Amino acid sequence: MITVNGINYYDYDPERKLSLWLREDLSLTGTKIGCDIGVCGSCTILINGEPKLSCRLKVKDVENCNIITIEGVALPDGTLHPIQQAFIDAGAIQCGFCTPGMVLTAYALLKKNPHPTRQQVRQAIRGNLCRCTGYQQIIDAIMLAAERLDLKQP
Amino acid sequence: MKKAFRNDAHAKVTGQAIYTDDLKLHDMLHAVPIYSELPRAKLIFLDTSAALKLPGVIAVITAKDIPGNIYYGQIIKDYPVLVDKDINSTGDVLALVVAKTREQAIAAVPSIKIELQPLKPILDPEEAMNPEADILHPSHVSNLTNYHRVRRGDVTSAEKEADIIIEEEFSTSRVEHSYLEPESAICHLRCDGVMEVFGSMQHPFSTRRFVASTLGVELKDVEVKLLTSGGGFGGKDDTAALVCARAALCAWILKKPVKITYTREWSMRESYKRHPYKMRYRMGLNKEGKILSVKARIVADGGAYCSVTPWVTWRSTVQSCGCYEVPNVETDVYGVYTNNIFSGAMRGFGSPQINFAVEQLVEIAAEKLGIDEITFRQINMVKQGSTTITGQVLENHLVSLNQVLDTVLKESDYKNKRQLCSFGNPNHQEWYGIGLAICYRGVSLGAEGTDVNSAILYVQPDGSVLLETGVFENGQGSESAMILIAAEQLGLPLERIRYRMPSTSNIPDGGSTVASRGTIMGGGAVVKAANILKQIVGEAVQKYTGKTVSNFENSQLLDPSGVLIMSWDEAIKLCYNNQIYPYAFGVFQPPQISWDEETGQGNAYYTWVYGCQAAELKVDPKTGIVKLLNMIAAHDIGKAVNPFALKGQYYGGMAMGAGYALFENCPCENGLVVPTNFNKYRLPRSIDLPEMKAIFIENPDPVSPSGAKGIGEPANELMAPAIANAIYYATGKRYHSLPIRIKI
Repeated sequence: MITVNGINYYDYDPERKLSLWLREDLSLTGTKIGCDIGVCGSCTILINGEPKLSCRLKVKDVENCNIITIEGVALPDGTLHPIQQAFIDAGAIQCGFCTPGMVLTAYALLKKNPHPTRQQVRQAIRGNLCRCTGYQQIIDAIMLAAERLDLKQP
Repeated sequence: MKKAFRNDAHAKVTGQAIYTDDLKLHDMLHAVPIYSELPRAKLIFLDTSAALKLPGVIAVITAKDIPGNIYYGQIIKDYPVLVDKDINSTGDVLALVVAKTREQAIAAVPSIKIELQPLKPILDPEEAMNPEADILHPSHVSNLTNYHRVRRGDVTSAEKEADIIIEEEFSTSRVEHSYLEPESAICHLRCDGVMEVFGSMQHPFSTRRFVASTLGVELKDVEVKLLTSGGGFGGKDDTAALVCARAALCAWILKKPVKITYTREWSMRESYKRHPYKMRYRMGLNKEGKILSVKARIVADGGAYCSVTPWVTWRSTVQSCGCYEVPNVETDVYGVYTNNIFSGAMRGFGSPQINFAVEQLVEIAAEKLGIDEITFRQINMVKQGSTTITGQVLENHLVSLNQVLDTVLKESDYKNKRQLCSFGNPNHQEWYGIGLAICYRGVSLGAEGTDVNSAILYVQPDGSVLLETGVFENGQGSESAMILIAAEQLGLPLERIRYRMPSTSNIPDGGSTVASRGTIMGGGAVVKAANILKQIVGEAVQKYTGKTVSNFENSQLLDPSGVLIMSWDEAIKLCYNNQIYPYAFGVFQPPQISWDEETGQGNAYYTWVYGCQAAELKVDPKTGIVKLLNMIAAHDIGKAVNPFALKGQYYGGMAMGAGYALFENCPCENGLVVPTNFNKYRLPRSIDLPEMKAIFIENPDPVSPSGAKGIGEPANELMAPAIANAIYYATGKRYHSLPIRIKI
């Protein structure tokens, strides 16, 4: 069994590349293929909360795992996660191709470290290439998300 | 806090945005390219029989299947969509394998038997320029794609008067655009006989020309629709169009939808790159610090195909002396065919190379004269009313070079920090340096093409508005900028305006969304359309109420004394009820430019932008590793339309400039692009870059209806020389070639 965005899957080809399984078979096309060799970060997904590169894995590698793709980050009613909203509000989006991977990497970071410094954010997203933004507004967005998530905590 | 506005942000942050490879059509086939292994050869024989027997393989398409023209190109029609006989590059595609799945198509590629007759490649532009060299494109008279020049004053006499003459050579590297989304196209033949093309490209109309030429049909028979684009940076023109043309060819022949999605390896192998330049400069100066003359010889490696090399090198020609007044100039610029991968448009378009040379050259000159580098620039840089090297008087807009320079000097504390620079001091644990660079840049196309753009504003019966312009979204936020300009002009909230899905069948060709012309040209057209629309609505209201509309504000129509006449929605209802369409087509025609190819004189651009960038860095004296500490930019952008998106252009431009300075290089070995993927091509990562600062200088341009100018390219053309200068002040050594590798 594999759980993707809360849905359990039982029938799959274990030898299939994970990125293709998500994109082609489950139509979760928010996971992007930029390099297909595990250096650009566009295909980042969360496996049991850890950011991993889906182009470097096979379906059998994630059996009994809980996967979150970009489609699983917002609430079921469509409300955006504070990280997603912060990416919009801070102007962190240009072409958008790196965005799903960046959001998921940020999601994992803020779960582990809710109060990162800008330098820690830089370190966390070093595996995610972005050609448009120079990363500045992506870092702004993650810092803003941390601030907002902090305010939400009781 | 103030929030950013983008019409596509929600879709992009949720993964819902549809890029081309995300789309599937029913019964869709997949095609993949087969490349030449040699940079120059004759195609003798291509046997597809074994491949056709493999599972899933439907067809192998070759040049003989092309119903229209095999060759196409934006300026010279020299590029074979598929090779028929002559191979000029390892990016040349010999055939396409079409199969039910992409994996099956890829698996069949090794089964195609290919026989080539090797020819000796020409890999060095200087060798190609030798009159004895083989002519690579026999239909062309020489191996030059073009020759441009500037002749002004008398360099020989000026050099006799000069107190000193300096001579320097510079070279720049071939770099890859590295849009994160590789090329992708889906084509299908619609039931009305139109070839419908979905893709990611710089300019759908350019793609339409490639597709129509390949199929041998008229422009009306092809409709190109732009899906979400995963970045362009100038790079998604010829190659993206070729990918579309090939997918269309397969769909045309097989009568089924066909998708081609490139791997990163194919993209890096085949797509055009930024031109590598070799530049030799001789500058004559007097001891008062005035530049008397410049003699420059510039050679651009255009690679195997012409693409837009004549236009790229034309900008280099016009801006060959940087933003300085030089009374005597002899510039010769050559675009040269070789068998390397072809070169084409990339953000900056012939200026990053020039600025890398000139912005170091002026500092070398200043040092020789014993004048500080800022004063030297201030003596020689263009000012209000200055005449450029092509004879253009800068008088129709505010020349703000001093303003951008002063801003960066102050914000970076340049003069104080410059005193702290290490100059390779052996007693320093780490070498510190600060450097800057300045530029001007001609806005839009200049003599590269006809400059015009249009916009359609079409108000629906409920008062909501559909907007479309002749500029296209590559990720920069052009649609959002157009919506913002329309909203301001019409006095409506943003959510009442929607941007129509771009299609070549909706609106006239407004030229490519390149040359930082999107905001000024598209925005100009939006303002024109809004004025027409307000006139139509205002006249209808006048006719049926007798009241004069003077303002459109807050969804209301106001009379000259500010009294409400009626709401926007009521006015639109009034129009529809009285057989009047609230529909406007606006055209922006900027002033004509002039150019004399013989002398290189003329009003090259209708207006100019000014910029200054600086960088602080540290160099490790043991390893030579450069650590960027911060980067800062000030640009006169006319008017900030969308501040967050504008900052994004600054930051992304500076980052790409830093990559150009320190990391990026795409050498060719025997014509083949060496880096095959991002593991071998070093892009700046988050940890390589410092914090950046973006400063807007707003002097609304009288030529621009919206007041705004451009930023995409200015932001990208200064960081390499700023870093090179900072490295000089850190290490005491000048680096004349890119990327800079510090020698210890």
